[in-house]
Amino acid sequence: MDTARELDNRNRADDDAAKPLIDVEERSMQDTPYPEKTVGKPFVDAPKMKLRHVNVFYADNQAIHDVSLDIGKNEVISLIGPSGCGKSTFLRSLNRMNDTIDICRVKGELHLDEQDLYDPKLDVVELRARVGMVFQKPNPFPKSIYDNVAYGPRLHGLADKKYDLDEIVENSLRSAGLWNEVKDRLHSSGTGLSGGQQQRLCIARTIAVSPEVVLMDEPCSALDPIATAKIEELIDELSESYTIAIVTHSMQQAARVSHRTAYFHLGRLIEVNDTETVFTKPEHELTEAYITGRFG
Amino acid sequence: MSETTAKVRKSLARRYRQEKRFQAYGILSIGVGLLALLILFTDIIGKGHSAFFEHYIQLEISLDRDVLGVDDASDDEQLNYANFGGVIKEALRERFPGVDDRQQQRQLYALVSSGASYNLRDELKADPSLLGGTRNLWLLADDDVDLYLKTSEKKRPEARLGDQQKQWIEDLEAAGDTEKRFNASFFSHGDSREPELAGIGSAIVGSFFTMLVTLCLSFPIGVAAAIYLEEFAPRNKFTDFIEVNINNLAAVPSIIFGLLGLAIFINLFGLPRSVPLLGGLVLTLMTLPTIIITSRAAIKTVPPSVREGALALGASKMQVVLHHVLPLALPGMLTGSIIGMAQALGETAPLLLIGMVAFIVDIPGGPTDPATVLPVQIYLWADSPEQSFVAMTSAAIMVLLAFLITMNTLAVVLRKRLERRW
Repeated sequence: MDTARELDNRNRADDDAAKPLIDVEERSMQDTPYPEKTVGKPFVDAPKMKLRHVNVFYADNQAIHDVSLDIGKNEVISLIGPSGCGKSTFLRSLNRMNDTIDICRVKGELHLDEQDLYDPKLDVVELRARVGMVFQKPNPFPKSIYDNVAYGPRLHGLADKKYDLDEIVENSLRSAGLWNEVKDRLHSSGTGLSGGQQQRLCIARTIAVSPEVVLMDEPCSALDPIATAKIEELIDELSESYTIAIVTHSMQQAARVSHRTAYFHLGRLIEVNDTETVFTKPEHELTEAYITGRFG
Repeated sequence: MSETTAKVRKSLARRYRQEKRFQAYGILSIGVGLLALLILFTDIIGKGHSAFFEHYIQLEISLDRDVLGVDDASDDEQLNYANFGGVIKEALRERFPGVDDRQQQRQLYALVSSGASYNLRDELKADPSLLGGTRNLWLLADDDVDLYLKTSEKKRPEARLGDQQKQWIEDLEAAGDTEKRFNASFFSHGDSREPELAGIGSAIVGSFFTMLVTLCLSFPIGVAAAIYLEEFAPRNKFTDFIEVNINNLAAVPSIIFGLLGLAIFINLFGLPRSVPLLGGLVLTLMTLPTIIITSRAAIKTVPPSVREGALALGASKMQVVLHHVLPLALPGMLTGSIIGMAQALGETAPLLLIGMVAFIVDIPGGPTDPATVLPVQIYLWADSPEQSFVAMTSAAIMVLLAFLITMNTLAVVLRKRLERRW
């Protein structure tokens, strides 16, 4: 209940925070018409996730307007855009985390492979085992490092024996690049780690259930540059086995880690292109204005 | 110096003065509080400490078979009907010869507590070979004698005893035949008309059973209600209504709960009166709002990020609550419950209405035996005319306070120990 309310508040706070950012130049940009449909290459062949005409509402307030997008297999796609443009909302509808918000409604066709995400028959627990999520603020459970990583596999009964579980934990921590730092203190608390380590622990926790897609909601915004660099490296390695969608405020980060970049503007998907194209030759005026820093 | 700086400097002195004054008010109020507490404690301890000791009188007693009417000391039946009173009276007459007047004799006999015969019986039971012999034995003194021995020399002339009695007591004291001992029976005996025999034993046991029933009912119900309201309930008019009413219940005077218990539990459901089970039920009703409110507050402090993390891993709502919310909120819930229990332990008014104000001599053996509780026992003794009960009342208050302080300390320690940071 309260999670919902707080999230709702947070989203509203985001909207409020966005307002002062719309400066004089932004106002002039507002005259720029939205494109009829998303420019660039929103669709790919054989997508992992196929999203069509997605609309998201908070009560009567429409946060996402008719977004259609494909997420390719083993690709890293970054979602960028000014604050309050709906990137996080969009991301959260991909593993139905928006379900926790009472007033939030998602419409449209969202598919993971052939599976309809909003099929009433689909068990959301199963979906979240396939689509994992890493949050903005590192949120390890106040349990031991081992238990943090083992939590997901235990929930889903992925390991029958202690030995198997140990192996999953070790592999996940290795994949998250954390193994060497924590192998001697697996049973000390996860909250005692540094911010960057905590975030990698959260990533290890997410990949411990072997999801197919990993959603990352500004995973580095609470971290220092060195920790950020480590996570970015990690994203690069993870893309070999996982499909990754990452929301970021840092355009450099988007440029460094992603294969494709989607630019959101006030709830609309303006442009999707190969990352290089977006940052060198953006097709749409709004995209250009944003990446050149005329508004943020 | 610029104009602004000058103005700031001028206002600074005033601001600091204000701050000092503000702090002084705070210190003053804390001081008043501490002073009140100090006065309360000095008064209670000053009055009550003497009740933890009682006096014994030594008499040379001949356990004569004929007077006692016992010829086999190992026979319980005979001991139960033995005339121990007669033996004691004889011993007293021998100790102070020449008391022939009937009224004087009665005064003499009053030196020893009526409970002394039980002392004697126990002694004889423990050692049957005493029968027929003569022994120096310590007997419990009457409460007036006890009080007289406890008062200082200066105040003794004002005591409520006859001059003759005072003389006897002085004689006994001078001969070293009086002794002050720790009053163990204060903790083990039930209530009695005789202050020297009365104790808080039955009240403590009654309080224990009452609290047990209260805890067993109010903690699970309160926590379950809090979790449902906080985590699962939809937010609508109905749940708002419930929330308002829970807050209202917390403010309802406790005597109303007593009336409710009387009307519902006794009259409607026909539960027996004066029993801890009933007291526990009534106190559960009273404690529930406190536990629900504190538990909900504890649940609210669990950061949403932890819930989200678990949900995103595919935990169901139930699993999120059981694995994450409950362990993190538990210290707060326990603290709230202990504070609620402490409140219930000190509660008197509702229990008066459901008959727990009875005069209970026996120690209750279970939650369905008639019992009284500590605060009610205090209330009863405070009402008693015997002077010795003044000290007993204060002593009982000290015991109650000790329990309350222990519980509240436990609450603080638990909170400190189990508190987790994230």
